[in-house]
Amino acid sequence: MGLVVNHAFPQHDPMVTEADFSIDTRDDGQQMVRLYGPLNIADIGDLPQRLNAINGAVAEIDLSEVQNIDTVGAWLCYRLARDHDARITGESADAARLIEAVGNADNGGRIREKRPIPPIYAMKLTGEAVVVALTSFVGMISFFGALVRSFFSVLIHPSRFRIKSVVRQFELVGVSALAIVGLMSFLIGIVIAQQGSVQLRQFGAEVYTINLVGRLTLRELGVLMTAIMVAGRSGSAFAAQLGTMKLTEEIDAMRTIGVSPMEALVLPRVLAGIFMMPLLGFYACILAMIGGGLLCWVGLGIPPATFVQRVQEVVPLYDVWVGLVKAPVFGAIIALSGCYQGMQVKGNAEEVGLRTTAAVVQAIFMVIVIDAFFAVFFTWIGWA
Amino acid sequence: MSDEQSPMQEAKQLVEQSDYAISIRGLRNVFGEQVIHDDLDLDVRKGEILGVVGGSGTGKSVMMRSIIGLQKPDAGDIEVFGTHVLDEQDADGSIRSRWGILFQGGALFSTLTVAENVQVPLKEFYPDMDPQLRDEIALYKIALSGLPPEAAAKYPSELSGGMRKRAGLARALSLDPDLLFLDEPTAGLDPIGAAAFDELTQKLQQTLGLTVFLITHDLDTLYEICDRVAVLADRKVIAVGTIEELLATDHPWIQEYFNGPRGRAAIASQKRKEHKA
Repeated sequence: MGLVVNHAFPQHDPMVTEADFSIDTRDDGQQMVRLYGPLNIADIGDLPQRLNAINGAVAEIDLSEVQNIDTVGAWLCYRLARDHDARITGESADAARLIEAVGNADNGGRIREKRPIPPIYAMKLTGEAVVVALTSFVGMISFFGALVRSFFSVLIHPSRFRIKSVVRQFELVGVSALAIVGLMSFLIGIVIAQQGSVQLRQFGAEVYTINLVGRLTLRELGVLMTAIMVAGRSGSAFAAQLGTMKLTEEIDAMRTIGVSPMEALVLPRVLAGIFMMPLLGFYACILAMIGGGLLCWVGLGIPPATFVQRVQEVVPLYDVWVGLVKAPVFGAIIALSGCYQGMQVKGNAEEVGLRTTAAVVQAIFMVIVIDAFFAVFFTWIGWA
Repeated sequence: MSDEQSPMQEAKQLVEQSDYAISIRGLRNVFGEQVIHDDLDLDVRKGEILGVVGGSGTGKSVMMRSIIGLQKPDAGDIEVFGTHVLDEQDADGSIRSRWGILFQGGALFSTLTVAENVQVPLKEFYPDMDPQLRDEIALYKIALSGLPPEAAAKYPSELSGGMRKRAGLARALSLDPDLLFLDEPTAGLDPIGAAAFDELTQKLQQTLGLTVFLITHDLDTLYEICDRVAVLADRKVIAVGTIEELLATDHPWIQEYFNGPRGRAAIASQKRKEHKA
C-alpha cells in the first residue's frame, strides 16, 4: 500500500481512477508525501485513514500530479500539512484556492455539546423531570382558569359564541365515533357475559350474569372504555391540530387579529368533550348490554324479554347516574389535556408527536385516577 | 484497489465531459387544466450563475422541481451533465451527488443539529467514510457557509432566518456539488443580510467552481452576481442573456420588470458601487 516507496520515478498513469499517494525520501533525509490521481470526494476511498496512519514527520506534500481536487481533497491536504507542520508544493491554482478556503474555515468548532458525567447527568434529568411535572400541573390549572374565564366572557357576550365550530366538534367527537365506540362496547358486553357465566356456572348461579353485565357496564366499563376511546381519537387529534397551528403561527395570527384562541379553539373542543361524553357513554352502555344479552340468549338460553325484565329488577337506577355523572368530567379532562398539550408545542415537528402522546397518556391516566375517586365517593354515600 | 468505478465516480466524470450543466428541451408541465410550461427550452452553461426570474405563478419553482426530479413533467427531456434525468435507466440517482439544493425555507431537518443536517447527504452517498473525516467536513462546510463555530451543535429552531439559510447552504454544499440550486435565497432576509448572502454565493461559486441555478425576485441579486438571466413568461423561457441584452428586447414584461421603480433603484445602486470602485 502507500507506505512503501513504490516508485523510483513517480511517473503515474495519467488516468488513475482513485486517489493515492507514495512516500519518497528527499535528499535531506526527510519524508515527502506525493499525492496523485483525482482528489475528489468520490475518489478518495480509504485515503483519509491511510494518510492518518503515516509514521514519522512529513516535511513536504507534493500535489503536482493531482488531477483535480475538491474541498474534501483540499481538506485532506490541509489536515496533513497542519498535523505534520509540512509544506505544500506543486499545487495548481485551483488547489491553492481551495486549500486556503478550507484552511480559513478551520475554526475549531465542535459538533456536539459536551455531555456531563453520568451521575450528574442523571441528577440533571431527574431535576428537569420534576420541574416539568410541576410546571405542567400548574400550567394545567392556569389553563383551566383561563378557560373558565373565557367561558364566562362568552356568557356575557353571547354573540362571540362560535356555534358553528361547536357543532363541528360535536360531530367530530360524537357522531363520527359512534361506529367504533358501538362496536367496542358490543364486544366488551359479550366478553363480560361470556367470562362471567363461566365463573358463575361453578356455583350454579349463571343467572347472575345479568346482574354482572348490567351493573358493571352501567357503573364502570361503559363510560370508562368510551373515555379511553375518546382520548385516543379526539384528545390526540386536539393536541395535534392545535400543535400544528401553533407551529405555523396560526394561533399567533389569531391573537393579533383579536380572536382569543381560548374562545375560538379550546372552548368548542372542551364543550364537545363535556356534551358528547355522556351521550357516547350511555350509547356504549346500551350496546354493551345488547352484546351481553345476546350472549345470554345464545349461550345460556335466557330469552331477551327475560333479560330486559331481570335488568330492570336487579340494576338500581342510581347505577345509571353513577356512570353518567362521571362522563362529562372525563370529557372535560380529555379535551383539556389535549388542548393544553397542543398549545404547549413550540419548535419543531417532533414536538407535535411528543405532545400528542403526552396528551393521550395524561388524559387516560387522569381519567382512571378520578374514576377511582368516584368509586370511593359513591360507595361512601351508599350508592353501592 | 478495484478497477470498478463507483457510481459516484462515474457521475463525477460525466460532469467533466459534458458541455452544459443543464439542458432542457420541450418541457411541458400541466396541472389539471392549467398549462404551466409548454415547449420550454433552456441551457445552463457550466460555471455560470444563471438567474431565473418571472412573475408569480410562471412556474420557476416547478421548473426547478422538474430538473431535480420532484415533479414529473408531462413531456420533454432534461439533461443534467449529460444524464437524462427523466429516463430511469439512464439516471441511477448518482447524478444527485453532483448537485445541492437550497430550498426556500432552508428545509432543514428539525430534529437534527446543523452539523447532523450537513452529514445526512454524506452518510447517504458515502456510508463508508471515516466518521472523524465526516465531522471535519461538516465543520468546515458550516464555516464556509459563514456560520459561527457554535452554530454546528444547534438545532434549526435555535437559529435566525438568515442563519437557517446559511445552514441550508452548508447542507447543499456537503457533497461538493458541481451544480447548486438556490430557490429565492435572499427572500425574507434584511438588505444587509441579503447582500452578504449574495457575496457568499459569488465567493463560493468562484472558489468551488460551481454552476448556480438561482431563482430570485431580488433585482440586486440579479445585478450583483448573475452572469446571465433567464426570463420565464407565457409558459416558456422568453429570453436568456445578460441584463443589458434583456433590456435591449422589447418584451413588455421584461421592460416593466427591469425599468420599474425597483429595477431603476437597483441600477442606481449598482452604478454608485461601480463609481466608488
